[in-house]
Parts: sequence; C-alpha cells; structure tokens
Amino acid sequence: MDAVLLARLQFGLTAGFHFLFPPTTLGLSLLVVVIEALYLRTKNEAYKELSVYLVKILGTVFVMGVATGIALEFAFGNNWAAYSRTVGDIFGAPLAAEAVFSFFLESVFLGILVFGRDRVSPKTYRLSAFLVFLGAHLSGLWIIVANSWMQTPAGFRMEGDRAVLADFWQAALNPSTVVRFVHTILGGWITGALVAMAIAAWLMLKGRAAGKAALLMKTSLAVFAAAAVLQLGSGHAHSIQVTRTQPEKMAAFEALWKTEDGAPFTVFGIPDEKNERTLLAVRIPKMLSLLVHFDPNGRVLGLEEFARDERPPVFLPFASYHVMILFGVVFILLGAVGVWLLARKKLASSRRYLKFLLFAVPLPYLANETGWIAAEVGRQPWAVYKILRTSDAVSATVPAGNILFSLILFTAIYALIAVAGLTVLLRTVRGGPGDAATAGTKGGA
Amino acid sequence: MFAWNVLQDIWFLLIGVLLAGYAILDGFDLGIGALFPFLARTEDDKRTLIAAVGPVWDGNEVWLLAGGGALFAAFPMAYATVFSGFYLALMLVLFALILRAVSLEFRAHDPARKRFWEAAFVGGSALPALLFGVALGNVVGGVPIDARSEFAGTFFTLLRPLPLSFGLLGLCAILMHGAAYAALKSEGDLLARARKTARVLAIAFAAAFALSLAMVWIYLPAAVRSVPAWVFAAFVWLSLALFAAAVKKGRDGRAFALSSAAFLSLWGIVGAIQYPNLVRAAVPERSLTIANASSSALTLKVMLLIALIGMPVVIGYTIFAFRVFKGKARPGAGGY
Repeated sequence: MDAVLLARLQFGLTAGFHFLFPPTTLGLSLLVVVIEALYLRTKNEAYKELSVYLVKILGTVFVMGVATGIALEFAFGNNWAAYSRTVGDIFGAPLAAEAVFSFFLESVFLGILVFGRDRVSPKTYRLSAFLVFLGAHLSGLWIIVANSWMQTPAGFRMEGDRAVLADFWQAALNPSTVVRFVHTILGGWITGALVAMAIAAWLMLKGRAAGKAALLMKTSLAVFAAAAVLQLGSGHAHSIQVTRTQPEKMAAFEALWKTEDGAPFTVFGIPDEKNERTLLAVRIPKMLSLLVHFDPNGRVLGLEEFARDERPPVFLPFASYHVMILFGVVFILLGAVGVWLLARKKLASSRRYLKFLLFAVPLPYLANETGWIAAEVGRQPWAVYKILRTSDAVSATVPAGNILFSLILFTAIYALIAVAGLTVLLRTVRGGPGDAATAGTKGGA
Repeated sequence: MFAWNVLQDIWFLLIGVLLAGYAILDGFDLGIGALFPFLARTEDDKRTLIAAVGPVWDGNEVWLLAGGGALFAAFPMAYATVFSGFYLALMLVLFALILRAVSLEFRAHDPARKRFWEAAFVGGSALPALLFGVALGNVVGGVPIDARSEFAGTFFTLLRPLPLSFGLLGLCAILMHGAAYAALKSEGDLLARARKTARVLAIAFAAAFALSLAMVWIYLPAAVRSVPAWVFAAFVWLSLALFAAAVKKGRDGRAFALSSAAFLSLWGIVGAIQYPNLVRAAVPERSLTIANASSSALTLKVMLLIALIGMPVVIGYTIFAFRVFKGKARPGAGGY
C-alpha cells in the first residue's frame, strides 16, 4: 500500500479518535465552573454533589484525551518529517506553547480537582476548576493556531523550500484563527452540555436524584441552547472566511462546479466528481451568494477556476459539511424545544424529549468530526495551503510496512480504550450524583 | 536581543532542562509503575502506590510533551530525523505511554479488565523507562545519517552496545528514583520494602553507570576529554554514595533529593559530551548540530519569550500542587 495514504489514514484515525475527548472536556469544564459558581452563590449542597459527579466524568474523559493526544505531538516527526522540516520554524512553536501554557495548567489542576477536594480550601478548589477550564480552552487556542496556519498561512517568508517565521502575530492570528477557534469551542460547549443533558435526562427517566437532575438539566440546557444559537453565527462567519481565503474549499463544500453570480445553496445532492455534476440536487436559488456575500447576485467561484491538481476532492467535504450543518440545525431546535418545555415546567414530564436526548448524544460528536473532516479534506491536496503538498510532506525513511504495523496497533489499542472508556463512563454515570459519589475524595485526607 | 548562535545555545540548554525535568518528575512515577509488582504485596499496597502517583503523573508527563514540542520548534531538523528515523522504537514508546495513561483510571473503574490495566501500568512504565535511554544513547553515541540528513539505519541499528548500556542506566536511574519516591510516600512494610529496593537499585545504578562510562570510553573516545563531563560524573558518584547512606538512615526526603541530583548529573554529562550536537552522525560532518538543525533567530526568540513567561508560572503551581499532596499517601484517594 501507498505510504502517503497509510500515513494519512493513521493521522486521520489518531486525530479523529482524539477529537472525541477535548470537545467534551471543553464543555464539561465550563459546566463544572458554572456549577461551582452556582454552589458559591446559592450554598445549595446539590450543586456540590453535581460538581463531584461531573468532575469524575471529566477526569475519565480528560485522561483519555491525554492518552490519545501524546501520539499527535509525536506524529509530525514520525510520519510527516518533510512537513516538519519545511514548516517546523512556524508550526513547532504553537505546539510547544500549548504544552507550556495549557497542558501543564490542565493536568496539574485536574489533579487537584479529582484528588484534592478535601485538601484545599473551597476557594482554591473553585480556582482550580477555573484553571482547568482555562487550560482546556488555551489548549484549543494553540492547536487551532497551528491548524489555521495550515489552512491560511500568514506571517512567513520562503527561504529556499523552507517557510520561515516573519511575523509571529500574523502567523498566530492568521485569517482563519479567531473564527475557527470560536467555532470549535462552541462545538465543545454543545458537546459537553448535551452529554450533561443526556445524563440528567437519564436520571429523570429513572426517577433518580430528581432535584439534582433538574438542576443539572437546567444548567446544561442553558449552556447548550445558547451555544447552539451562537454556533449558527460562528459557522456563518467561518463559511464567509473560507469563501474568501480558500475559495476552492467552499466550492467543494457546496459542489459548485461552475462560477456563478447568484450561486445556489445545495441542501441535498450526490456530487459526481467524474462528470462534474451533482445528482438529485435540491437547491435554494441564490442562497449561497446571499449567505457568503450578503448579495443574492454575488459571485462565488466554482471548481472550474482551479487547476485539477489543486482541487480538493468534492464528495467527502460536501457530505461531511452538510451533515454538520444538519446537526447544527438539530441542536438549535433541540435547545429551543428544551427551553420551551422548561419555561412551561413540562420538561421533567416530557418523556419523549428526555428519551430523544439519550439518543442525541452521538450527534455533537458526529458534528465535530464531520466539521473537522470537511475542513481537513477540503484543504487537500495541500498539507499547508499552496505551500506544501500532502504527498510531499511524509517521512521519506518510514516504509509503508512500518506504518501499516503501527496503524493496526493504533486501531487495536484505540478500540480497547473506546470499549473500556465507555464502560467506565457508563459506570460512573450510573453511580449518580450524591450517594456513593463522594466516597472517593474522602480517603486522601 | 541575542545573536542567533546564543539563542541556539540557550535552546540546547532549555531543552536539556525540560528533558531533565521530565526525568526527575515522570521518572519517579515511571519507576513506581515498573517496580509495582515488586513493591506491592497487598491490594492496599497497590492502592497506596497508585495514590502516590495518581494526582501528579499527568502533570509530570507534560514535561516530555514540552521537551518534544520545544525540540520541534527550536530544532525541527533534528526532531524530524529522530522521530522518523527511530519510528518503530518510538511507536513502542507511544503505545506504552498511551496504555499507561489510561491504566490507573481504568484499573479502578473497569473491574472486568483490572488485571490487564494493572499489567498495562507496569509494562507501560517499564518499556519507556528502558527505551528512553536507548534512544538517548543513539543520538549521543552516533547513528548512520545520509546526505539528506535522514536516518540511514534500521530498528536493529538502534540496539548497539553503547545505546543499550544507556538504556540499562536510564532504567536503573528511573527505578531507583521510583523506589525513593515510594519510600517517601509509604509506611510500614511497604516503606521497608521500598527502602531495601532503593539500596539494591543504587548498586545496580552504579554498575550500569560504570558500564556506560566504559562504553563511552570505547565508542566515543573524544568525549573522555570533556572536563565538565568528569565533574558531573563525580557528582553522580557522590550523589549515589550519599543516597545509599540516606536510605540506610531512613532519611527518605533527603534520599529522593539525592536521587534527583544523581539523575540531573547524568543529564549534565550528556549535555557536556553532546554539545553542540543534537544527533551525532557516524560520519561527523553529517551530524545535526544546534547550528544546522535550528529554527530561525526570530522563532527562537519568540520561543524564549514563551518559555520565560510560561515556565516560572508552571514551576510555581507545580510546587504548589506537590505541597497540596505532600505527606504519606493513603490507599483509595480519588477513588483509586
């Protein structure tokens, strides 16, 4: 098999699996901070028990994120040595900064969060919760800086075939950093909040810990509904940025083969790349132009404008982009219905809504992953947009057989971690808030 | 601010500091993991040892990520050559670290596979403890590098006498360090066993150190002329002797400090004989040095600012966290 393909599969598998955990951490760490703040304000012990409960879940998710993150820090040298040599002058710094400014912060204070409740003052404990939240979000920022630079490189100059840093701030705050960061963070909040809502829904359906479940539902629903609405805005801003800075990517997202003044938005379709057409297309006329240019007759570039060997594949970016948008709409509706039920005090008795929440848990994960797939496959054939091709980025010295070997082992180990992790998480969730949940923190005193 | 070559010197030093920080911090929890079956007799012993490392291992491991990230940022050519060249060996380290990272959490909460996760903790600690030294021995002792600066050997190229002796030394140092930390955190029978193990390991450390010195003498004769290396070597012997004495007297805190000192002195030797090389090549002019493998002056400057702003804060709250968890460990802390 082809070494480039294997290296891409391995990166896709390891990054895609890893990307299940950090978004959950973003959302759950926010909820822990909010719940700790509510506990401080109301002195309601139920909030403390909810915090203990969520911290246990956060701890497990975080550890899985750490375990699967190590591989990615090494991956650029392991599989992408040519990439590392070409852009290491710029790309290495955000990874190092991520360790210095966020991994230490998250890891050290998560230790206090999980093991230290009885060893530090409530004030220090709240501060630790905030620092875990801060660390998780800073970590997101630095990795988004690195990823955004691959998409919309800035602040550099070429010296021979190496990209060399010319302006740190331009490189760090390149044209897609801020909007991608906001979009990714909101995706994390939606994920963590929906997980918490589903847990609350499950407790309600089982008739357990009614008071605490209601508080958890209210808090996480507030975060979820707000984040889902905000995500509409950030997604819109992100798509405008993509249109401006990576027009061929937007053309692939929308399977827009020809340049059009007044381009339609394709709601559904099956892109046929060979014949450059979209089968079974359902389109809203002029909608894409209106969305990205605020002008129904604005010009949107089609794939025809770009050399064939500089076009991204169409099917996968198109499909994943549309699935992501679909789920984004589902989240807004789910949040709106939840708020409406809550306002009418019918939430706890609406079994259908609660049951739907249980089945909705995979959706934010699918939305995160499809959004990521759209962004990264849409970046192809470039590893770094217009600077370095993915096919030129791999390690020359690593034979395909070695990558196949590591890919198989990664798959096996990650499958094992997925099964065990899910077992552990479900067990913790079933333990419920309160009752046995506080026992663990007593032993250390 | 600084000239490019000064920045390169500073980053050689700082990466050494990060990796040495990794060695003395994660070293003790890797050591406890590898010694787990020897130190722990009862479930309570096990849970005490796990409680000793549970709150801190993760923060400790970040020193490796920081060191690796800094190597990538400051010397991308060396990072690319080593990480792609030592592919299979590093994959083994990765798989070990991945399984180890989840092992304690899953051991406590996934009862059906408890034995498996315990084995993952032990193996996932022991294998990196051995392979880190082997990898270091290779970049210090020299590896085949081709004209494009790519590693030109195979997995088995890495298993030569000098690297293997470094691997043995690193393993002994980590085990001794782990035993010293176990003594610091335990009581009763477990404490007695930890102290006894630490004394045995001090002898093993001394033997592995002597062997490594002999290998350096044989395979890297130029290194023998380094005066600072001899000074650091004297520190290693001194720390080891004082360590053995401290353990015998039951001064566990002092013993742990001396074990750290011995470890840091080993890094001092490595730095002294390695400078200015990052990866020594079999053909000397192909060596990757801090000059030919480095990032631009601007990147090194930005990175230095990041380190100067970030690391003092990191060190501050790491000390705070260790103080929070100071004292003897009790089984069951944090649900483990």
